[in-house]
Amino acid sequence: MEQLLQQVINGISLGSIYALIALGYTMVYGIIKLINFAHGDIYMIGAYIGYFCMTTLKLDFVSSLLIAMVVCTLLGFAIEKIAYKPLRNATRIAVLITAIGVSLFLEYGTMFFVKASVRTYPALTGFLSGKLQFGSVIITMQQILILAVTILLMVTLQFIVKRTRIGRAMRAASLDNDAAQLMGINVDTTISFTFALGSALAGAAGVLVGVYYNSINPLMGVMPGLKAFVAAVLGGIGLIPGAVIGGYLIGIIEVFVSGYGNSMYRDAVVFAILILILIVKPTGILGKRSREKV
Amino acid sequence: MKKLIGIVLTFVIIQLLISTNIINSYLQATLATICINIILAVSLNLITGFTGQFSLGHAGFMSIGAYTCAIIVMRIPTVPGFLLGLLAGAVMAALVGILVGLPTLRLRGDYLAIATLGMAEIIKVIFTNLEITNGAAGLSGIPRFVNWAWLFVFTVGTIWLITNFLKSSHGRACISIREDEIAAEAMGINTTKYKVTAFTIGAFCAGIAGALYASYFYFLKPGTFGFLKSIDVLVIVVLGGMGSISGSILAAILLALISTLLQAFPELRMVIYSLLLIVIMIFRPQGLMGSREISLSVFSKLRGLLPSKKGRE
Amino acid sequence: MALLSIKKLTKTFGGLTAVSNVNMELEQGELVGLIGPNGAGKTTVFNLLTGVYVPTGGSIILNVDGRQKSLYGLKPYAICKAGIARTFQNIRLFKDLTVFDNVRIAMHQNVKYGLLSSFLHLSSYRKEEGKLKEESLEFLQIMKLDGKKDELARNLPYGEQRHLEIARALATKPALLLLDEPAAGMNPAETAQLTELIEWIRKQFRLTILLIEHDMSLVMKICERIYVLDYGMLIADGTPDEIKSNKRVIEAYLGEDVSNA
Repeated sequence: MEQLLQQVINGISLGSIYALIALGYTMVYGIIKLINFAHGDIYMIGAYIGYFCMTTLKLDFVSSLLIAMVVCTLLGFAIEKIAYKPLRNATRIAVLITAIGVSLFLEYGTMFFVKASVRTYPALTGFLSGKLQFGSVIITMQQILILAVTILLMVTLQFIVKRTRIGRAMRAASLDNDAAQLMGINVDTTISFTFALGSALAGAAGVLVGVYYNSINPLMGVMPGLKAFVAAVLGGIGLIPGAVIGGYLIGIIEVFVSGYGNSMYRDAVVFAILILILIVKPTGILGKRSREKV
Repeated sequence: MKKLIGIVLTFVIIQLLISTNIINSYLQATLATICINIILAVSLNLITGFTGQFSLGHAGFMSIGAYTCAIIVMRIPTVPGFLLGLLAGAVMAALVGILVGLPTLRLRGDYLAIATLGMAEIIKVIFTNLEITNGAAGLSGIPRFVNWAWLFVFTVGTIWLITNFLKSSHGRACISIREDEIAAEAMGINTTKYKVTAFTIGAFCAGIAGALYASYFYFLKPGTFGFLKSIDVLVIVVLGGMGSISGSILAAILLALISTLLQAFPELRMVIYSLLLIVIMIFRPQGLMGSREISLSVFSKLRGLLPSKKGRE
Repeated sequence: MALLSIKKLTKTFGGLTAVSNVNMELEQGELVGLIGPNGAGKTTVFNLLTGVYVPTGGSIILNVDGRQKSLYGLKPYAICKAGIARTFQNIRLFKDLTVFDNVRIAMHQNVKYGLLSSFLHLSSYRKEEGKLKEESLEFLQIMKLDGKKDELARNLPYGEQRHLEIARALATKPALLLLDEPAAGMNPAETAQLTELIEWIRKQFRLTILLIEHDMSLVMKICERIYVLDYGMLIADGTPDEIKSNKRVIEAYLGEDVSNA
């Protein structure tokens, strides 16, 4: 029983990370129907910026987190303007290929400049290195930190989406781009804002992972990026609550497969879930069926 | 007829260059890579460029061909053994192609792409964990039977068969799916059957390429056939033009040369590849050739410019 | 026995009933119109007949060459093979293919050579490709498009694109042809030409034609019978004269006040 609880706790930590990344995927897909392949790499850049802040600049956790989020926001904004905006009216395959190009560029560009070797985050000090213990179930302060930051960010996101004008613009544009434009919404600005928001969350996830798992490398965004995408699809692509549900589900499933099954197969299981969902109910847990008008 | 002469000449000239070691073993490896990449690119182009099904898992099919052939030829180290391995590899790859194709081909665009990516990853995980494939360490010492003759025959053969297919009514049926799937169905084309057909043919050829790779480079490991390999092939197809066979051939040669030049800087190579993808998609999405083919009329026009005894125009 | 027999055809999308209990019968050789205000469900009926949508209820029976076939739940390509061809409201040509290829592809279902022959270009391939070429050119000649056979479909002027759609549908050698607003966007001269063309192909190919159209001059001139749809339900059917003076039809198109005036 206690082992089960421990796994669930670990799963929640991992799920928080996936949820943060998945939110970026789902918001961008909702508004311009693009699978932003490069999103996982923004998470990676966030981790590196955080690393840079904490080691070279010797900043504390919160400052590093904020700086990483800001840098990633700008990066996401720039990528959209340079690579995706020119292709607004292109075929979906064309945009997907471009997204793959951006992803590879970020990965190998980073590798070119900072070398592929793994780097280690400095350990957190003070009360953040402590842990709580209930029987044989351990909850580290880092795990609580991850959960706290995640919840804070999600609440902020929810506030932005539901209570601000730009949030309303995001929701309108994701339902019907053309109608939104006709209603006077500057769709370009809205799209840029969506990218910026999603990238900020991914950046935060990167720093959290650096703190939690300690090691970072230029290709660290590939798997989590793909799995976060699976999470977004599982929960219902384009739907913000879906990304959260999907993220936690995938996180918990992955930890369980690792813990109780064969950790070698945990990646395969996540992909199998993706294929299953796409075949059985591509709109995901929270999604509604839709048809193409002929 | 002229085409045949050109093909035979190409073979003979390069064979001579190899035998006299002007093309040394280093360049020979590049040549092998070019041939294998041509087969991969042409077969991926059939699936993605001509039939419009976005497949990001081509390397998965290649790995099935490679491992199957390696496993067989390591146990039967003779030329017939290699041929058996090659055939078995291609057939296995084709079977997986059908298996992958049937459930996923109802998906559109990006979703299909991610599903095929997932399939290739699952295949990689399986190969990394099987005993017979020696897991992550891979298989080494695979008997080498592949030389320029084999490469040439299979490369030209693949190009010929796929080009023929695309000029037939069945090939046109595949192309109509890319153009407008709903209209194609309304005109009596069983789009599911043809999507699976394209996938299967593509997978079969990728299996052949894998087998050739195994018996030429004599060492396999699962990591070779990951997402990056699929991307490599995709870049060739995109650069050459999705929908142009001659474009794929040109691009395969071009990119192999660039790769060889940048061999010392693998990260830079990938950075250039990635920029290439982005720039092509933004400024020239049809790639080098679009959906046109190099026609030999270009050569006959050139010949017309030369003075000749028959006094042509 | 009627060529096409539709009974109680119904289609709902979630809470919305697009088509409700529609009954229609088409005899061999008839030219029948299907009219109604925008959104009445006419194209939905076409989509149900061609398998693009699966009906929620009702039956569709096709009777060709004495053989009856239920079309319920069949996939579009199977329905095409059974003998129904269609054109689309928003032209769906193979835009980046040539005029010639557009028609050739429509003839694919009758091609007999298999995959092996297509890989190796065996004699069966060469023979049938020759036949395909001849027959396709014939269809193009009818539509006066043979001169443009190597032109890309996207480069044709609008009127010729519509003609190509019809040529393509004819190339599938149907028993029943469904035309979805073939005169949309045409001026009166073009419409008159089209009217003649439709009459001609009906006789020439011994077709039965079901026609969706908003252009009343076309409908009233050539349709022998007309079905009227409104909000997914059949509100009238009869000859053009009967329909013209049918109160419910006038109401549906123009609103109640006008008919009471």
